[in-house]
Amino acid sequence: MATHAAFMPGEAAAAPSGLWSWITTVDHKRIGILYGTSAFIFFLVGGIEALIMRLQLAAPDNTLVGAQRFNELFTMHGTTMVFLAIMPMSAAFFNYMIPLLIGARDVAFPRLNALSYWVFLAGALLLNASFVVGAAPDGGWFGYATLTSKQFSPGQSIDFWVLGLQILGLSSLMAGFNFIVTIVNMRAPGMTLMRMPVFVWMSLVVQFLVVLAFPAITVALILLMFDRFFGTLFYAPAAGGDPLLWQHLFWIFGHPEVYILILPAMGIVSEVLPTFARKPLFGAPVVIYSGIMIGFFGFGVWSHHMFAVGMGPVADSAFSIATMLIAIPTGVKIFNWIGTLWSGSIRFTAALYFSLGFIAMFIMGGLSGVMHASPPVDLQQTDTYFVVAHLHYVLFGGSIFGLFSGAYYWWPKITGRMLDERLGTLHFWLMLIGFNVTFFPMHYLGLIGMPRRIYTYAPDLGWNFWNLVSTVGAFLIAVSFLVFIANVWKTMRAGAVASPDPWDGRTLEWAIASPPPVHNFGVIPTVHGRDELWLQKHGDGHGGTPAPRPPAPTRQDLASIHMPPPSYWPILLAASMLFMMSGALISIYQVVLGGLLTLYCMFRFALEYHRPHPQESLR
Amino acid sequence: MSSAHVAAHAVHDPNTGTTGLDNRKMGMWAFLGSECMFFGTLIGTYLSYKGKSISGPTPHEILNIPLTSVSAFVLLMSSLLMVLALAAVQRNDMTWGKIWLFLTALLGAGFVGFQIYEFTHFVHLGLTLQTNLFGTTFFVLTGFHGAHVTGGVIWLLSLWVLALRGKLGPQDSLKVEICGLYWHFVDIVWIAIFTLVYLIP
Ligand code: HEM
Ligand SMILES: [Cu+2]
Repeated sequence: MATHAAFMPGEAAAAPSGLWSWITTVDHKRIGILYGTSAFIFFLVGGIEALIMRLQLAAPDNTLVGAQRFNELFTMHGTTMVFLAIMPMSAAFFNYMIPLLIGARDVAFPRLNALSYWVFLAGALLLNASFVVGAAPDGGWFGYATLTSKQFSPGQSIDFWVLGLQILGLSSLMAGFNFIVTIVNMRAPGMTLMRMPVFVWMSLVVQFLVVLAFPAITVALILLMFDRFFGTLFYAPAAGGDPLLWQHLFWIFGHPEVYILILPAMGIVSEVLPTFARKPLFGAPVVIYSGIMIGFFGFGVWSHHMFAVGMGPVADSAFSIATMLIAIPTGVKIFNWIGTLWSGSIRFTAALYFSLGFIAMFIMGGLSGVMHASPPVDLQQTDTYFVVAHLHYVLFGGSIFGLFSGAYYWWPKITGRMLDERLGTLHFWLMLIGFNVTFFPMHYLGLIGMPRRIYTYAPDLGWNFWNLVSTVGAFLIAVSFLVFIANVWKTMRAGAVASPDPWDGRTLEWAIASPPPVHNFGVIPTVHGRDELWLQKHGDGHGGTPAPRPPAPTRQDLASIHMPPPSYWPILLAASMLFMMSGALISIYQVVLGGLLTLYCMFRFALEYHRPHPQESLR
Repeated sequence: MSSAHVAAHAVHDPNTGTTGLDNRKMGMWAFLGSECMFFGTLIGTYLSYKGKSISGPTPHEILNIPLTSVSAFVLLMSSLLMVLALAAVQRNDMTWGKIWLFLTALLGAGFVGFQIYEFTHFVHLGLTLQTNLFGTTFFVLTGFHGAHVTGGVIWLLSLWVLALRGKLGPQDSLKVEICGLYWHFVDIVWIAIFTLVYLIP
């Protein structure tokens, strides 16, 4: 084997360019950008789906789309936003930021990281290919059996959904293993667990949730697949099957999943607030413990999604209490964030606005959550627009606001350009107003009885006005994202060049160039506290001496850096997996052929660097 | 290799991290944690459907405990051979390393053979995936375990082929160790399945 070329020195590794270099990249920063860009595109796709739904619901007895198309729209909207927008947007920040924040040169398994991205893309494309062949999934984002059984969904639409989610789950699991090892095992010297930035902590909790919760949906989907393809009886009540089996398995995954969606945003906010309040995060260890608690309790509350199915008073009470308890660590965090702002010297940037928006909107979502944590109340609210309001306050008002706070905050680091702050602030206000105009009335609509997932309604129910208002709000949100796109467009062409540390930041990523060099750190820093860079610049604020700055890298340092070279096996492996899985929709021969191809690519992938060190292969 | 050399090597090993553990091994542990949930969910499904079939055949009519005890014993013994294989590779005794690796795979394949026989036999007795809830849950649970064993056999044989071509030595013992972790895990899962599905009436 040509072992020498296996690792190239950092100096020679001036970032290569061109399409091929992106296809074969194993650089965590580029993979982060790939994740972020794809996620934003799918976010727009999901947004367009939402706008069509809002247009349909703008007026009673509307006929823009029919019932079937409407079912497809809300199913694909939900699935897209959860799995193709929020999760990969979080993944973009995990990828780009975690190695920088812990002082590492890359993730633990760079090629596995590339594989996660390509497998994600494969799943996303398969899901959306269903539109092309006219069989878009229509069973809702939680795909309840028995609606999804062959008997009631005979076409291929649910097959697309099952296979797509299965592939996406695989991608998340691989990324989960990778980031657990990266965070636990790749920290710079001195970075003890309690010195880790809070974003990294929240990411770690998320990875544990992914690794432990995704198997439940994997199994649920496998069982559904066996029911649909091989006639097994898992979800067949006629044969004695339990109609609640799916619901339990799905929500055992589903509730941890909502924390998978919110914790990254909570981590981002915990980085943004201290930077722009110029104060350390108030009670940072408590924020960390609360995050762990939330992750832990997240596994014990799933049945609050099932109060209406009649589980009996004991189960109802237990899950109700657990659900109310989980609001406590959540509330603790909110107080910590407010405490961080308290008497800080605050700079109002777009990033900070989005974080403030996050706190306010998330409080409202949390409050409606605690309301339907009570079973009698939930019986009134479940399956109405009230739940739609709740989930959008936490997912849009929470996750999306938090993620965009992160986007504004880290944009200069990632692109080397400053975004326009005025346009950013405009984006924020339009989005905040649009969001509340869209979703606040849904609380009221739900309480006066409007069910979710209806494609139209009669004119005399008193729902007309607020539905119209909601639709207007949705278009306001759309306009706010046009402002964001214009901002990006404008500043990428002629924006101010970002310095390494434009915000007077606190953590390690601001110690290096914007954008960072391929190898991130010329010299791996030694860490003395949670806000390492702040300690270097300003000391601890109590008259202590500043932490020592790491020495500038010498030529020799740079020459001794080894970065992993590009590889095309990740994309080939992902492509052959896609070929195999989509074979389930086409022909068994394709499955077999794809399986063999996958196996072949796995071997090539596994053996690509078997024995990279020359001295070892000489033995 | 002198111990000083080993120490120096360890410092430069890009795979050894903050905790002093190897990245790849830690990744395997994370994967196995996930697999626990995977099999836990499958086993939970089996148990929650136990005795709920509305038609036969039922487990005690059909399960052949003596035969499966033999196959369980075969799988357990393969775990022992796996330990021997790793020890041989670590002390650079590749002759025995090859033998033990191959025999581990062989016993694993033997277990899969038993399972194929068992499945065909059950089908002849009228129990298929579609017969009743027992068939459905039984075949899917044990089938997924069998698929894991099959994957392990392929993995072991790949290591064996590498060893035959002189590309596996003590410096690769970690790869054998990781494969061993997986193999022992699959074994332990079988103990759980064997107890819960076969032994407990
Ligand atoms: C204070 C914390 C929270 C509590 C007490 C809570 C409680 C609940 C309850 C009881 C339901 C079921 C309502 C029903 O279907 O009748 C629900 C639904 C939902 N929650 Fe929360 N929640 C909380 C936070 C969150 C967070 C942080 C997220 C995500 C970021 C989230 C996302 C969702 C979603 C997506 C649904 C709807 C699922 C569906 O039916 O499609 N929740 N929540
Ligand atoms: Cu929940």
